[in-house]
Amino acid sequence: MRKVAIYGKGGIGKSTTTQNTVAGLAEMGRKVMVVGCDPKADSTRLLLGGLSQSTVLDTLRSEGEDVELEDIRKRGFRGAICVESGGPEPGVGCAGRGIITSINLLEQLGAYSDDEELDYVFYDVLGDVVCGGFAMPIREGKAQEIYIVVSGEMMAMYAANNICKGIVKFAEAGGVRLGGLICNSRKVDNEREMIEAFAEKLGTQMVHFVPRDNMVQRAEINRKTVIDFDPAHPQADEYRTLARKIEENTMHVVPKPMHTDELEKLLIEHGLAG
Amino acid sequence: MAVLKSTESKLDLENECLSPDGLKQELLRVYPTKVARKRAKQIVVNKVKEGGGVPEIGANTRTVPGIITQRGCTYAGCKGVVLGPTRDIVNITHGPIGCGFYSWLTRRNQTRLENPKDHQFMTYCFSTDMQDEDIVFGGEKKLRAAIQEAYDIFKPKAISIFATCPVGLIGDDIHAVAREMREKLGINVFGFSCEGYKGVSQSAGHHIANNGLFTHIIGLDDTAPKGKYKMNLLGEYNIGGDAFELDRIFKECGITLVATFSGNSTYDQFSISHTADLNAVMCHRSINYVAEMMEKKFGIPWIKINFIGAEATAKSLRKIAKYFDEPELTERVEEVIAREMPEILRVREEVRRRCEGKTAMLFVGGSRAHHYQELFKEIGMKVIAAGYEFAHRDDYEGRRVLSGLKVDADSRNIEELEVHEDPERYRPRKTTEEIERLRREGFSFKDYEGMMPEMENQTLVIDDISHHETDKLIEAYKPSIFCAGIKEKYVVQKMGIPLKQLHSYDSGGPYAGFKGAVNFYREMDRMVNSKVWSYLKAPWQTNPELSAKYACD
Repeated sequence: MRKVAIYGKGGIGKSTTTQNTVAGLAEMGRKVMVVGCDPKADSTRLLLGGLSQSTVLDTLRSEGEDVELEDIRKRGFRGAICVESGGPEPGVGCAGRGIITSINLLEQLGAYSDDEELDYVFYDVLGDVVCGGFAMPIREGKAQEIYIVVSGEMMAMYAANNICKGIVKFAEAGGVRLGGLICNSRKVDNEREMIEAFAEKLGTQMVHFVPRDNMVQRAEINRKTVIDFDPAHPQADEYRTLARKIEENTMHVVPKPMHTDELEKLLIEHGLAG
Repeated sequence: MAVLKSTESKLDLENECLSPDGLKQELLRVYPTKVARKRAKQIVVNKVKEGGGVPEIGANTRTVPGIITQRGCTYAGCKGVVLGPTRDIVNITHGPIGCGFYSWLTRRNQTRLENPKDHQFMTYCFSTDMQDEDIVFGGEKKLRAAIQEAYDIFKPKAISIFATCPVGLIGDDIHAVAREMREKLGINVFGFSCEGYKGVSQSAGHHIANNGLFTHIIGLDDTAPKGKYKMNLLGEYNIGGDAFELDRIFKECGITLVATFSGNSTYDQFSISHTADLNAVMCHRSINYVAEMMEKKFGIPWIKINFIGAEATAKSLRKIAKYFDEPELTERVEEVIAREMPEILRVREEVRRRCEGKTAMLFVGGSRAHHYQELFKEIGMKVIAAGYEFAHRDDYEGRRVLSGLKVDADSRNIEELEVHEDPERYRPRKTTEEIERLRREGFSFKDYEGMMPEMENQTLVIDDISHHETDKLIEAYKPSIFCAGIKEKYVVQKMGIPLKQLHSYDSGGPYAGFKGAVNFYREMDRMVNSKVWSYLKAPWQTNPELSAKYACD
């Protein structure tokens, strides 16, 4: 079982990319579980065809200690298993603590056990790693490989670089590695070259360049992944390619995060000055 | 605790190590350079200059991580110390159960109902008992339910809420909940943001408690009690019944106690406390903020007094009488002192014969390490080292240093209320001329001289003493008694030195006032003259060879 966590700046398209990729893997016949680690609980909407009604934390709250695995797992597109951690309303309580609680519960209930015969677990984690709770998926060996969704926009690259710092910290203790960057294109000038150079500096690779296409939005409004909504569309193939590349990826590294001025220089060379 | 090789730990009595300066170096020796530099400021060899000036001491700064400190947390200072002793406010700890439980009555603060039907909540421990789920989803709902439940069962006049560490982290708005429930229930509900991590010690909690008392209770009811000489006693927490003894003395003197903050106190007493004409401050550290704010808002002068020690009690009573400046009161105070003293002197002389010349160390509180020196002096014992757990520089060096005090980021973290004269209720208790006259006659208003000016030269003053320093100090000076709290008690006693708890008084008290002084003399006599400490070593530890004879061949 490969345990994968997807990180990246808020609004960069982590959930969309994750679900479309998972759809690709599911189509290939892989058994995948997606764990949404965002209090909004919208990480599995496209796979399920709508928002999950029972998050782990809600179920824990209403059922008390007597929670069954089936209460919190839902089957989505091609049998993909969907779990939403859930969490408090914005501005209340502690969402980070919620993620710790819900991942612990999944473990206790045997969601990861061998007889589940999972090929992949994907953790889709909210925006920046704001506190210890959101680092839970990469702590204690829970996820082994991380993909960072990034674009050619400055703040997205800043965020990616920061996430790399977190990975370095946990790589020493827990053995987590960076699998690569996924460029979710924003049609920034020189975007492909810039992210490739960025990846090289970080000591990793750009796994795939996902071009911008309105088909993604169209599928989304229909609560579907592109592969599900329009299997013949070229954008569906992009996600199939991404899925295949992740499947075949063997390059797992401890990244070398850049200094801020170094990162800004790179931006000027490839982007702003280009 | 520092582990030292036996050759290193032996301190030669003839050696200069026993001089206070040498000992200071010895205490610092095991610390890393930066820590040693910081601690050096907090370990001072006392030297009183002419005019009362003393050396500067480092105080109210962060404890270095890794050092075993005596200090408590902000929540403990707010809930445990200041608000804990009031009997008819339902004090709800919003947090996991341990915070509430371990701050519940451990200080032995006592209370006495005036009417058996009065509310008495001190025997209850109220907590929202936060669970994982409340941390994740927020605890406001549970807090609201707890307040409602407490109201339904007890119908109290007031409910207060105390925030523990997790509450601050997850951002529960206890003040909004308090406001909402106040409107809903029609009783006073108020909160204290006294999360444990907020200050460098419990001292921050005292300040937060003072602010809350002043904002939410003091001045709510203008009904003045009857009485000619009305005062409040501030910073007296009725440990072991201290306040009962002081109540007795005030009654005999004809002084009306409007409120005590907060030993043996009630919500109604706090509400009318602004009708008093004098605030007498015992523990300067924990309550001076209330005294200052009441003076600004209502015009009540405050003076520092001390009722620990028979002479100090007499002196403080005379100071109060002088303030009110009525021959009738002065006479009565003198009568009371004259009546109480013979018995005190009789016991003192008897005890003094056995205690004279013995030594004591006091490391406790924010005023107790100072006040109790009086009692030791009275029985001829010498205080060779003392220090506070959580005091500030003014408690050591006197309020004269206040204007030069550096306010660091940790102190700025605690709200400083802006207080103005009450447009209707501000009433100067003395005319400027009266105050001037009293001043000329040597009367000091709103002043605290601090501990150090009253200590002898060459004594050691140590702020926030560490476990290692305690060990070395005892090893070097072998005091006849060590005064601290429960955390230190058994460690010190294992070294063969009796320890008197001056937070909770062990199982004793009262020690304040006249009867309290007698109790303390006897207690010290019992403790420092006990043979039990000489039996600490088993016979074979001092003499490993045992000889015996066979009973038969």
